[in-house]
Amino acid sequence: MKTPFWQAVFAIARKDLRAELRSRELVNTMGLFALLSVLIFSFALELDRAARQESISGVLWVTVVFASFLGLNRSLAMERDQGNIDALLLAPIHRNAIFAGKLLGNFLFTLVVGLVLLPVMSLLYNMPLIQPWILVILLLGIAGFATVGTLLATMTVQTRARESLLPIVMLPVALPVLLAVVRSSTAVLNNAPIDDWIAWPQILIVVDVVYLTVCFLLFEYVIES
Amino acid sequence: MNEAPALIETRALVKAYDLLVVLRKLDLHIQRGEFVALLGPNGSGKSTLLKLLSGLTHPTSGTILIGGWELPGEAAAVRSQIGMVSHKTLLYENLTARENLQFFARLYNLANSNERIDALLKQVGLSKRGDSLVRTFSRGMQQRLSIARALLHAPDVLFFDEPYTGLDPDAATTLDDLLIQAQRDGHTIIMTTHELERAARLASRVLILSRGTVGYDAPASNLTASQLAAAYADLTHVAVGS
Amino acid sequence: MNAAQNIQSQAVPAKGASGFAAWPPLLRILTIATLIAILIGLYMGLGYAGTDVEQGDVQRIFYIHMPVFFGAFIAFGATVVGGIQYLRTRKPKWDTLALAGAEVGLALGLLNVVTGAIWARPIWNTWWTWDPRLTSAAIMCLTYAAYLMLRNGIENPEQRRRFAAVYGILAIVTVIMTLVVIRIRPDTIHPAVIGPSAQNAQGTFELEATRGVGAALGMNFPVWALLVPITLMWHRIRLQNRVDQVEAMKAEVLNQ
Repeated sequence: MKTPFWQAVFAIARKDLRAELRSRELVNTMGLFALLSVLIFSFALELDRAARQESISGVLWVTVVFASFLGLNRSLAMERDQGNIDALLLAPIHRNAIFAGKLLGNFLFTLVVGLVLLPVMSLLYNMPLIQPWILVILLLGIAGFATVGTLLATMTVQTRARESLLPIVMLPVALPVLLAVVRSSTAVLNNAPIDDWIAWPQILIVVDVVYLTVCFLLFEYVIES
Repeated sequence: MNEAPALIETRALVKAYDLLVVLRKLDLHIQRGEFVALLGPNGSGKSTLLKLLSGLTHPTSGTILIGGWELPGEAAAVRSQIGMVSHKTLLYENLTARENLQFFARLYNLANSNERIDALLKQVGLSKRGDSLVRTFSRGMQQRLSIARALLHAPDVLFFDEPYTGLDPDAATTLDDLLIQAQRDGHTIIMTTHELERAARLASRVLILSRGTVGYDAPASNLTASQLAAAYADLTHVAVGS
Repeated sequence: MNAAQNIQSQAVPAKGASGFAAWPPLLRILTIATLIAILIGLYMGLGYAGTDVEQGDVQRIFYIHMPVFFGAFIAFGATVVGGIQYLRTRKPKWDTLALAGAEVGLALGLLNVVTGAIWARPIWNTWWTWDPRLTSAAIMCLTYAAYLMLRNGIENPEQRRRFAAVYGILAIVTVIMTLVVIRIRPDTIHPAVIGPSAQNAQGTFELEATRGVGAALGMNFPVWALLVPITLMWHRIRLQNRVDQVEAMKAEVLNQ
């Protein structure tokens, strides 16, 4: 009777990607915002080489998180504006397939922004950001942000304050992810010995798994009407 | 009147949003093939009733049966039997008409969806615009596509929630024809609307909800618009006066 | 017409039910016990315990500063329990518990941050420093302010309770962060009370070094970590029930 779980997940993610490829609203806004943010940070902080080394991962991650707010709000507002969330709820699919599908889309959009930022920041800040470990941390970090972000944005787009509420409710909850990614990428960029910082990616994996589980359990409660 | 098992049945259905009681012990029997127009002032519970019948919201108490399946417990079985058209389009504006239908065909796990989609686009008169973006459509075209979307998985029951909202006269006439066509094709239809004249003309049965219960229930075959308007004014007047 | 009469007839007993005499006996006892215990605790902290040799009198703020954090922890815990139970049972009383927990926890959390700042002024020579634990405690407070804002942004009461439950469950993450950050960020200068402090902790002290420190903490800890949050939450729940009664009367008029 029910549509297979993964078929529904991929249908939803594919629909988001197709709409995005067509309009490029999300990646354009997020990408432009991210570039501006990186430029403004370097302008405002007037960094010398040592300061750059210390602060570049902070700049990278704050930019990624803020860009992801834009993407998350757009992605969930798209389901709200024309009542589409009702259409998804009426379809014979598992509720969590909606979550997984939206999460997959949001993850990919934010990842694109992150992947564009790495070479750009490597150039602008003259730091070797394109390294395997940085990529691993980027994947894990964005997975964490996208997970809590998808759940919370589903909630906030339904409130009166709408888009403006997401950063306020999401930043504190994303804090453990933020702490772990900033710490580990700073250590990687400082060429610290791996034993000193390998705990951070490990913590990150644990946090991701915990968030994924909790958000899966809670999602059905934020889409009932 | 009719003792055949109802396709849609509610027993002592109550819906309260916190302390605000919207539906009070509603008993409803709707047979297969009926076209029910659901009238009533704003806040009388029309939309809430449709949300309950489609499983989008859960009853506070009471029973809902659709084709013998109980809501919300057996919602999975019910969902593939119902289609919904609302005053919102439930469509994605940055996808083409065809892509929208393909997406929902995947969600409903339909085989051979492409032929079905072609046939539906033809039925609602959008064959030539199938590959245009939905956001370039007029309101009337979007509404027709929403109907195609609702018909996609060939549901037994169709719910229309204020479908005439925002339609120009031409588009409204087209919608009339589509509704008549859908009933002829054997769909059971429940439509909420404020348009008394259309309700009297199109529907086979008219219900007026007032203060959370059925205040008026009559077959529409001999009903004229003015009779219906009189009954409506009578009921809503009482509701306001107390 | 008879709605007004209805309200009056309900308002009469409700009016008599306010005030000290109408509190449940246990709440009366608890409230008095809490007040007395606070006074004893203050005496123990301010008078009985000896003055810390290194820090002087300012150290005495610690008797409230540390227990009050655990009070906030208890209250935020109530928010999690209330949230989970609400999602399971859909009984509004659990949401009331969650709300009471968030508000009381926020108040106690702010007290914790403020007392910490007062202590830090002479000891660390600054009101505020971007220490991981301080930052994380401040973020914890902001999270619950966000929780209250989220509630405010939702008109439909059922939806509000549901979303609040979900967010209340997630928000506990920041409380746990504040607790563990001291262990995973070795650069903190905040002293650890239980177990060894970080190497660069500044302003730590020995429980045994000064007379009466253990006793004063032993007295104040249960007061601020248990009695105060529980009593405040109980009162907050009663207040909310009163608000709900008024809403119910309003709805009754509307439903007529």
